[in-house]
Amino acid sequence: MALLSFLFNTKTKSASTAKERLQIIIARERHGHSGADFLPALHKELIAVISKYTRVNADDIKISLDRQGNLEVLDVNVVLPDAVTAK
Amino acid sequence: MAKIIVVTSGKGGVGKTTSSASIASGLALRGHKTAVVDFDVGLRNLDLIMGCERRVVYDLVNVINKEASLNQALIKDKHCDNLFVLPASQTRDKNALTEEGIERVLKDLAAMDFEYIVCDSPAGIEHGAVMALTFADEAIVVTNPEVSSVRDSDRILGIIQAKSRRAKDGGEPVKEHLLITRYVPKRVDAGEMLSHTDVQEILRIPLLGVIPESESVLHASNQGNPAIHLEGSDVAQAYQDMVARFLGEEVPMRYTTYEKPGLLKRIFGGK
Repeated sequence: MALLSFLFNTKTKSASTAKERLQIIIARERHGHSGADFLPALHKELIAVISKYTRVNADDIKISLDRQGNLEVLDVNVVLPDAVTAK
Repeated sequence: MAKIIVVTSGKGGVGKTTSSASIASGLALRGHKTAVVDFDVGLRNLDLIMGCERRVVYDLVNVINKEASLNQALIKDKHCDNLFVLPASQTRDKNALTEEGIERVLKDLAAMDFEYIVCDSPAGIEHGAVMALTFADEAIVVTNPEVSSVRDSDRILGIIQAKSRRAKDGGEPVKEHLLITRYVPKRVDAGEMLSHTDVQEILRIPLLGVIPESESVLHASNQGNPAIHLEGSDVAQAYQDMVARFLGEEVPMRYTTYEKPGLLKRIFGGK
């Protein structure tokens, strides 16, 4: 195998992997700087508010912050329990 | 009006002190009266790189605490008459650096007609590093083409944009420059190393220079000579180009592309 790779000069192009990984992690960390720190607190308070009216599990509320071009999109997804929707 | 330049990186071992020494020497060689200040309290090394370690009597913390005057603490460089080194303290801890104290020292340096004050930052993002960048007008971010260094550089850029005096006063932001060191064009060519355009694309700040990886940097530090003085070496020329660009000249990048050695060179060797 070593001989094969020597003969055919197959090199691992790890630089492109490095670039991709950096772009993703740095984009995420820059988000952090721009104030997305409030997400955990928002999550907690949403659970508290919704729990006043219906029973929800913490897992039924999903929050995510995405970036689409210059827009930041806050996506809140609440799954109400079956009993409530049946009413 | 003195211009304050911080040389910083976040990550350690990427070439901050080597670069600070060469940048300060380069500015002095171009005729500008320059001071280079070591902010790495407790782990000073700029004196060794500049080759003046045996002449250190007083240090930055002595000046901050008014135990010595600036004139007593500044060490004249052995190569350039218009370059002075202000060493860090080896025995105190980083908390000896107070914001008021540093501001006073920098103002006093400016009053002594220094045109450039180069601040050699310690690694990390703690007090010493923040103090080094607080009063900066321009920042030179030293980065190796390697994932952890690039990430840490992005982090330190965030700190410059949040904690520098310019950022807090809401004035013109600190001018940021990227300096890539330990660059190996051959490995970039082979797809094994991030290219300078990759790093620049990720960090999104203007590229000031690319310094090639070189054995001569160790020779220079062994002897206590800033690498920019190594005549004929690629590193010295890359630092000279970088300083020229910093002073506003248009200089094309060198030592960034790999040329395959020709047949003769391959047979007869040579570097």
